[in-house]
Amino acid sequence: MDGYGMQNQIACIRRSLFDQGYLDEQFIQLEELQDDANPNFVQEIVTLFYTDSTRLIQNIELTLNSRPINFSKLDDYMHQFKGSSSSIGAKKVTSECAVFRQYCAAGNAEACIRNFQHIKQEHAILRKKLEFYFQMMGQAAVAQTR
Amino acid sequence: MGMAIDRDDTQFHVLAVDDSLIDRKLIERLLKTSSFQVTAVDSGSKALEFLGLNNNDADDDEEDEQRDSNTESVSSDEDQDHQDLGLGVNLIITDYCMPGMTGYDLLKKIKKSSSFKDIPVVIMSSENIPSRINRCLEDGAEEFFLKPVQLSDVNKLRPHLMKGRSKDIDSSHKTTSTRLITSGN
Repeated sequence: MDGYGMQNQIACIRRSLFDQGYLDEQFIQLEELQDDANPNFVQEIVTLFYTDSTRLIQNIELTLNSRPINFSKLDDYMHQFKGSSSSIGAKKVTSECAVFRQYCAAGNAEACIRNFQHIKQEHAILRKKLEFYFQMMGQAAVAQTR
Repeated sequence: MGMAIDRDDTQFHVLAVDDSLIDRKLIERLLKTSSFQVTAVDSGSKALEFLGLNNNDADDDEEDEQRDSNTESVSSDEDQDHQDLGLGVNLIITDYCMPGMTGYDLLKKIKKSSSFKDIPVVIMSSENIPSRINRCLEDGAEEFFLKPVQLSDVNKLRPHLMKGRSKDIDSSHKTTSTRLITSGN
């Protein structure tokens, strides 16, 4: 595929991420912070998010599996998770976290456990989509140098 | 001393405090994009450590004030040196919700410190709680930013920093003119 074809495809992928509600305005803020001196900022911060949030997911799993469930701890973890996902513009993940916190505040273990499955799903879906997006951008960058 | 005037050309130095790795990276990029020099730490106690205030110092204000009033001219020079010792923090921006010392606790400690009470402090939070916001502003925070922090928020910092800088210049002018009068005798 030539340079233009790839650029178009990438633009489409990017647009659909916004149209389908996976990403919000904040992701655009991140893109605007990228420049020649920091050409990989978006990818770096997304990578950081996935490393950090994986750790949080493990902690949340552990907390959800223990009896009795420590809802206060759960809320702490989820506060961190929601904060980070909001900072990278992960729209669906962030709103699922907000729902979780409501169930958590109500001490509703079943709903928390169910909702957490949704969070993990959205988290994984977004990861795949962003990985593909960054991969395409990488290939386009290589194609442009030819 | 003319040193304060030279600082006109140097960058403003912001100390950013946030326990979130992602938010630290973000605030660092936001500040650097706006041409600030940045030091980012992950807790209130590390922030105090960086300033040269350990937790005990910040609480021993009554003792500090006693000492300061007895040796006023000496201690103000020492405070200036404390700032010049490469720490030279011009503004502190801190997350509110942090384990251990909250951003509000940090704000109170800074405002109680004779050396650092004039440094502008800005608080960030992901939670929009009006009573929290009001309390921070009433207790000395210059601004309160809702997360995620944007470039437009960071642009609001400069006026607070310029205010601090002109204060530095004013006080250095006063020192200079006092010395001229003295040496003229």
